[in-house]
Amino acid sequence: MNLVLAVVVGGLYAAGLYLMARRSVVKLIIGLCLIGHASNLLIFVSGGLTRGRPPLIRPGAETLTAPYADPLPQALILTAIVIGFGVLAFAMVLIHKVYVAVGSDDLDQMKSTDA
Amino acid sequence: MKLLLVLPLIIPLTAAGLSLLVWRSRVAQRAVGLIGMAALFVVAVLLLSAVMKHGICATQVGDWPAPFGITLVADTFSALMVLLAATIGLAVTVYSVGAMDPQRESFGYYPLLCVLLMGVCGAFLTGDLFNLYVWFEVMLIASFVLLVLGGERPQMEGAIKYVTLNLVSSAILLSAVGIVYGLTGTLNMADLAGRLRQIEMEDAGQGSFVTAVAMMFLVAFGIKAAAFPLFFWLPASYHTPPAAVSAVFAGLLTKVGVYGLIRVFTLLFVHDIGFTHGLIALIGCVTMVTGVLGAAAQNEFRRILSFHIVSQIGYMILALGMFTGAALAGAVFFIMHNIIAKSCLFLVSGVAHRIRGTYELSRLGGLYRDYPFLAVLFFIPAMALAGIPPLSGFFAKLAIIKAGLDIQEYVLVATALLVGILTLFSMTKIWAEAFWKSAPQEVDHQPATTAPRAAGYDRATRIMLIPVIFLAAMTVLAGVGAEPLLGLFSRAADELLDTTRYIRVVLEVRS
Repeated sequence: MNLVLAVVVGGLYAAGLYLMARRSVVKLIIGLCLIGHASNLLIFVSGGLTRGRPPLIRPGAETLTAPYADPLPQALILTAIVIGFGVLAFAMVLIHKVYVAVGSDDLDQMKSTDA
Repeated sequence: MKLLLVLPLIIPLTAAGLSLLVWRSRVAQRAVGLIGMAALFVVAVLLLSAVMKHGICATQVGDWPAPFGITLVADTFSALMVLLAATIGLAVTVYSVGAMDPQRESFGYYPLLCVLLMGVCGAFLTGDLFNLYVWFEVMLIASFVLLVLGGERPQMEGAIKYVTLNLVSSAILLSAVGIVYGLTGTLNMADLAGRLRQIEMEDAGQGSFVTAVAMMFLVAFGIKAAAFPLFFWLPASYHTPPAAVSAVFAGLLTKVGVYGLIRVFTLLFVHDIGFTHGLIALIGCVTMVTGVLGAAAQNEFRRILSFHIVSQIGYMILALGMFTGAALAGAVFFIMHNIIAKSCLFLVSGVAHRIRGTYELSRLGGLYRDYPFLAVLFFIPAMALAGIPPLSGFFAKLAIIKAGLDIQEYVLVATALLVGILTLFSMTKIWAEAFWKSAPQEVDHQPATTAPRAAGYDRATRIMLIPVIFLAAMTVLAGVGAEPLLGLFSRAADELLDTTRYIRVVLEVRS
């Protein structure tokens, strides 16, 4: 399972970077979105995958007995997803406004502010 | 004590919330913004004096003992950075009252500024790696909106690059945080420091893995700090929003990246100093040279200043790379000097724009004849930036160069000195073009409608000059009072190098 998820994470990063290298702004945003997902999955995998061991303290016991599924990475991912959603919503509006202002979705047309 | 650590976050948040409640009244929003920033400034002064008196302060949010909860920590460096952020926040808010156009003001300019300050202060005060990422995002989203507020075409084009590169760096930072958690099982920075040392001692193979993660942090913070080679977003975007926004960006945002670098590479990743810090010093050098050469090729007021931000970031990173107490003290001094002088220069560029209606050097001119006082206000921070004694920049550079000579890094020192000369060249260029030469006689020259061509400042411009005078005075004072200040910065550097105190305070504190 670890290997499968590792390949998925790598694939998402690769796809994201490829899309970012394209000239279209829309693809740029989709690429950013994919990279964000790749990071989230990476946290999930690096926290360790444990099946069928919820982090619950058994009756009578004082502490958790290892191995158990670590809940913290999931809390981190949840936070990161919420942030990513907000940022993505902003980015969508931004590319729309850019399209209206520039009249094109071609990144090569947006060089007038470059030095 | 506990309250002082939380207030720098609560005050801007409250101010932002309150100014949203008075959305319809621009005057009320201004008042709330001003009061909030003034309160933040007062709290920041109190925080610094408390840290000076009691040493490193820490508090656990929600009473969860470290390393399980989120810790807020203030050492001398953090407290200083919070104070500088509050200073710039207050100065820019005062400036905005005079400078900002009604349209931007009524679309949430002041609440956004408050949220931005909250993010910056949060990043300086947090002792938790994931929390640092969250504060970065808070700061970024506020800066995104501030950057595009107004919706002019250059702003949009700049924003695309700014947003993209910053989101990429956030994704790298998030991935690095995830890997660190997988490696150590903790996110509390003090706890992490101990665990990472342990890992390196147990297994040499893991040591190279830790170095790989360290490089991810270097890239992530490097992008945010606008270090070579990923600084292109900065000169493409910083000159597009109004001068007040540029000033707060130039003063604070990249420095939060530098703060992240300094924090992570003094507390966490000090296992392979020869490689990591050597690389950092090299990056610092290349950043300095590229930035200053980029500036030399520009002919627009704020573009020159933007490239100089990159160049100055190089000095700070270089000093981190030298990694001695004296060098770190110099880095802190340089950050302080740069935040004040750079913001001041951007604010001056805004005043010049208001008077002449342009940022292009070819169309500016004659400002010295018509507005000698403004020329003096430009001259002070510009010479400070170039490192002319007795201003703050001279002593900051001197501290770094002295530290470089102490460890016999002559190439680094020579580069730093050469960049200093080129900085002087750029500043003289602005001076000669905008202030010294006579005003160009163009047929199509149209001064801004709000300001008449004749000499003299209108009321709004006078308000804009208040923070400029304040910041320029601070530049002079920091130069004159360099000796006691350097004592303060040495103390900050000692705390950065001797991490045991930081770790002990964070891990032992029970709310």
